[in-house]
Amino acid sequence: MADKLRAQQQLEALQARFVGVGHPDTTKFEWTSNIARDSIASYIGHPPMLQYMSIGLGQPKEKTRIQLIERMIQPVGKPPAKEV
Amino acid sequence: MYALTVQEPSATQEALVGDFLGNGRQQILIANGSRLSILVVSRARKGHEVIFSQNVFGIIRHIAKFRLAGGTKDNIVLSTDSGRLVTYEYLPEERRLSPIHEETYGKSGIRRVIPGEYMAVDPKGRAIMLASLEKNKLVYILTRTGEDVITISSPLEAHKPSTLVYYLLALDVGYENPVFATLELDFTQADTDPTGEAAKEVEKELVYYELDLGLNHIVRKWSEPVDRTANILFRVPGGAHAPSGVLCCGEDNISYRRIHNRKSDVKRLAIPRRDAPTEDPNRKRIIVSGILYTLKKGDFFYLLQTDDGDVFKVTFDCTDGEVDRIKIRYFDTLPVATSICILKAGFIFCAFESGDRVIYDLESLGDDPNDPEFDSTQFPANPSDPYHPPFFRPRPLKNLILFETIPSMNPIMDMDVSNFAEEDAPQINTICGTGARSTFRTTRNALEVLDLIESGLPRQATAVWTTKLTVEDEYDTLIILCMISSTLILKIGEVVEQAHETGFLTETTTLGVQQFGDDCIIQIHPRGIRHIRELRFPNDDTEGETSGYYDWEAPVHRTIVAYAANNRQVAIALSSGEIYYFECDSDMSLAKFETEIPLEHNVTCIAIPDIPEGQARSRWMAVGSSDQSIRIFNLTADNEGNILVMASLQHLSSIPSSLAINYMRDNSPHGYSQYLHIGLRSGIYIRSVLEEFNGEIGDTRKRFLGPAPVRFARVNAADEPAVVCVTTRPWLSYAHPQTGWFCTTPLNYISFDSAASFEGSQFKGVICVSGAELRIFSISNLSSNTVTQSIPLQYTPRKMAASPEARVYYVIESDNNTIDLATREALLARNGEDAEMDGDSTNGVKALPAPQFGHPKANGLWASCIQIVDPVQENAVIQTLELGRDECAVSVALVPFESRNDERFLAVGVAVGLSFVPSLKFKSAHIYLYKVSDDGRSLEFYHKTDTDDLCLALLAFKGKLMAGVGKNLSMYDIGKRSLLRKAHTANCTTTRITGLTTQGSRLVVSDQSQSVTYVVHKELIHPNRLIPFADDTVSRWTTCAEMVDYDTVVGGDKFGNLWMVRCPPDVSHASDESTDGQHLIQDKPYLNGTPNRVNLVMHYYANDIPVAVQKRALLYGGEKIVIWAGLQGTLGILVPFLSRRDFKMIQELEMTLRSDKEHKMISGRDHLAFRSYYSPAKGVIDGDLCETFLTRKLHEKEGIVARLSTPGASVERVEELLWNMRALYAF
Repeated sequence: MADKLRAQQQLEALQARFVGVGHPDTTKFEWTSNIARDSIASYIGHPPMLQYMSIGLGQPKEKTRIQLIERMIQPVGKPPAKEV
Repeated sequence: MYALTVQEPSATQEALVGDFLGNGRQQILIANGSRLSILVVSRARKGHEVIFSQNVFGIIRHIAKFRLAGGTKDNIVLSTDSGRLVTYEYLPEERRLSPIHEETYGKSGIRRVIPGEYMAVDPKGRAIMLASLEKNKLVYILTRTGEDVITISSPLEAHKPSTLVYYLLALDVGYENPVFATLELDFTQADTDPTGEAAKEVEKELVYYELDLGLNHIVRKWSEPVDRTANILFRVPGGAHAPSGVLCCGEDNISYRRIHNRKSDVKRLAIPRRDAPTEDPNRKRIIVSGILYTLKKGDFFYLLQTDDGDVFKVTFDCTDGEVDRIKIRYFDTLPVATSICILKAGFIFCAFESGDRVIYDLESLGDDPNDPEFDSTQFPANPSDPYHPPFFRPRPLKNLILFETIPSMNPIMDMDVSNFAEEDAPQINTICGTGARSTFRTTRNALEVLDLIESGLPRQATAVWTTKLTVEDEYDTLIILCMISSTLILKIGEVVEQAHETGFLTETTTLGVQQFGDDCIIQIHPRGIRHIRELRFPNDDTEGETSGYYDWEAPVHRTIVAYAANNRQVAIALSSGEIYYFECDSDMSLAKFETEIPLEHNVTCIAIPDIPEGQARSRWMAVGSSDQSIRIFNLTADNEGNILVMASLQHLSSIPSSLAINYMRDNSPHGYSQYLHIGLRSGIYIRSVLEEFNGEIGDTRKRFLGPAPVRFARVNAADEPAVVCVTTRPWLSYAHPQTGWFCTTPLNYISFDSAASFEGSQFKGVICVSGAELRIFSISNLSSNTVTQSIPLQYTPRKMAASPEARVYYVIESDNNTIDLATREALLARNGEDAEMDGDSTNGVKALPAPQFGHPKANGLWASCIQIVDPVQENAVIQTLELGRDECAVSVALVPFESRNDERFLAVGVAVGLSFVPSLKFKSAHIYLYKVSDDGRSLEFYHKTDTDDLCLALLAFKGKLMAGVGKNLSMYDIGKRSLLRKAHTANCTTTRITGLTTQGSRLVVSDQSQSVTYVVHKELIHPNRLIPFADDTVSRWTTCAEMVDYDTVVGGDKFGNLWMVRCPPDVSHASDESTDGQHLIQDKPYLNGTPNRVNLVMHYYANDIPVAVQKRALLYGGEKIVIWAGLQGTLGILVPFLSRRDFKMIQELEMTLRSDKEHKMISGRDHLAFRSYYSPAKGVIDGDLCETFLTRKLHEKEGIVARLSTPGASVERVEELLWNMRALYAF
């Protein structure tokens, strides 16, 4: 029992520390949002990738960067309605 | 494979100005790709100079500088993907970065919540804040203990979950507690609100974090909501009598804000819009980059650049720290920059997002009252309130003057290695740049030379020398030309004229000329030596006078065949094989030594070096003879008192044709070593070290230069000793100015017969004769070994197709968000009519030159064209075909159709109304066919075929056209009205076909996200079959692929990896077995793919997106290697190892360098982890890392070599191997 408790505590610590660590009740929305946000953060963070996208879109890198961050607010659409 | 970078990436991530040397001057620190460099710009040098450059082996995200109070120089902070904060001090004497701190704070890699995306340093150097895109922020406090020890605190956290950070800035607050400002957006509500209302109403906040130095903690001090579109912040100077605060810029918004301000205190400016007929007056601009510059008296201004490239100067009206209003005025228009640096010396360094970097000279500060000025009283603080948008007319540069252009290939869109110019080595053709600054560039491996003088001669000359009159002369006075059977003496004065009464023997060919003793000159000719005393030109004209001459006659029936001489020593070789040695006597006459060297073979060449300073004579003489060997003789007495004793012997692969000995700079402890250069008749050039003490020959480098005997001339290039090697074309052998490595590079010059060093009063250079022409040139820049020729293009080039017969390239170009030419002209014409109607004919607006101002923009529209580029004869675009409105060319192939007697057509895939956001959409897709004229230099529209999906890949295949249409692969033949489909495979790949390449009946199809699929074409049944039979297990977002052999494919992906996959031999064999492929169709698909899988052979993270990869040879007579071009301007090669032993040694060297504790990677990143960023590195050795071995000091090199277990490993052996891996395949 003590082991289980410790495991639980460790998991909670991880969840507090790192965004996106799952739990048994992770919804599809949370999960896909996390993936999409991680991907976008990676696109912004790798300079060649941001440049590649900007060239395709025909706009400055700064503009692409802002558009991508905006996408992080709600990357996979509206959250599902809570079941009552 | 051995991966090497031939050309460093030139895409600038960030550049900043600081004093990193500590000499009170300013340098520019610049991060390109994973390379960190320091540049110095100076007026005296008329340009820039790279004084330091190092590969950090990590992804550089940001660079910053800090200087603690009392410090004398700026230190460097680096934010990379290492999960570490690294700070460095640059040591100018040692030319290296010395680490100050390396603090680990998170996981490595570029992640959402690991800080490093943003970095800000307090202007007083007291604290560094790092932030991630979401949630995390860390603050490190820097303090000084003692004289130079800088200590760093453990990090303070200022995390806020579910918060996005748009920008981070350190405020200038003087010596109060450091304050950082961020643009944040909290999306907690949006994540839980199912109606989606909250997402629309999220607010962006400007948040101030204060670091309390006394309490050692950080607090979120204050926040206020700002414009939703705000994207960038600029620091406002603070301290005594300065306002402090931030400039917060967003869409059509530049506002001044400070901590604890009231709404009414906010001062706002709208961003002026272009007033031009092709501009939409309602389009709003954003600020994309800018710089604050502080003047001496505490005044300051900003240069802010919009997304159009217009630069505005923003100034403040302040009274005692209170801002009354802010003003904006049009400054100039530049291409969109990533970084702008202003130097105190009046230079502006601009690193543009695409194309060449430019240094401008600041002519004036943009205070011209003719330019419209707007101030904050004209605009409401809230951008949603109504106001009159400001307008300005763009004009050519007024405040800036171009000072220097630093070439940059960034971004490369496609590459092709070909030899259209029919030179001995192929050229690298790339299409680079974006928008109107696009170029077609031809890159050659050559040194840039400066042509100084070119003049005709009365007859053909075969050799040339220059000489001084006395040993004290600073400059050369005479040019001696050897004609077929005579000698011409020219004197250098105001003009170069023939000299008379010089005492020279003119009725014979000359073998050599040497200034001898104090004031004598000797002329060596086949029959003897003429010794001329005190030649002078008393009237400064061409009439000379001498104090007589003396002839030394060669023994009867024998002639002189070779000679070597310096100021006090002469050696001649006779046709009978003897070598006579002379020295300068006390009365300046020739004194022949009793001893002769009898050789049994003909002597072909001799060399004696110049006398080292402070010595009476040179110590060694090298003799090359027809028995394919080199002998070294001593000229100073050895232990037994003998001279002309053979010290060493070297056998060669061919008869030596020329020899030279000189001192060249290198990385040895003395800085210079004595080198013996050996040229062979077979065209091979050998450079060896000639040991000063025992005459041993060692540390040899060999290279093939061209199919003709090699001859040498010792010269000065960029004030360093170098050797010109003449074969079919001229080469220069020199030490690289920054690294000190030995390099051999062709000269970008015509081929010539003979050369000599030339020292004139105006310039130092090289004199050469080519037929009946005398030329003088100089070589001043040794740091770049490539020469680039560029041809401007219209729009962003996307792909190109080569026509080897016509020696031209067909380039397809397209620009998103741009008005096409026809619409633009219609708009301009309408405006012209309007202006005429208003009677305002003087104000008829001309189109702005696009290279400076860019093409006029319009959201969602495309402009596209096809251009024919001739890089050989005309060096220009020879035809431009504009496509229609909103059309965009996406693929191109030159196809000889078999059914039309191999008549050539250009197939172009065209998309209409293409858009990428939110997902890929288009209105219609077509394949256009253009008929290519017989000479290949013009195109004529033939017909178009509609396709049901985008056609992103085209390929000429067995006299037909192979097209990837969406997921489907189709083969077309030409018809009268349209293309006719001959074979078809639906759902060939899973996402979208983006590339095709072929060998025989096999096609390799690249998919946008699912790597490559091998397809076999079965043509003997009807209808033809295209059968996919092998694909990959890993999803690779393929950008380019090329077959290196029938089973193996090398490719690159969008994440910056290079990889190689191979089809298993049995599968490969089975695919070609049957003529109808029936059994291939019967094979069961495996896991929703093809029946078979390919194996991964190689994987390597290159930190640049490969856009083109080819298997070609880069050198004349070189082996075929894999050459790839990266988006950011990288050119790289992959070389296969030929010997297991070499491979073992280099592999061990790589492992040793990787784990070297004393020289960790500058970024703090683990090298193996970096090269395995997405997937473990496999089957490849990082040559760039191995080459860092060459920059180490000798004792470090020895330490590293001692750790290698390979038998026979020595520093020389390793250095030679590293040199061979580069020089024998690339440059």
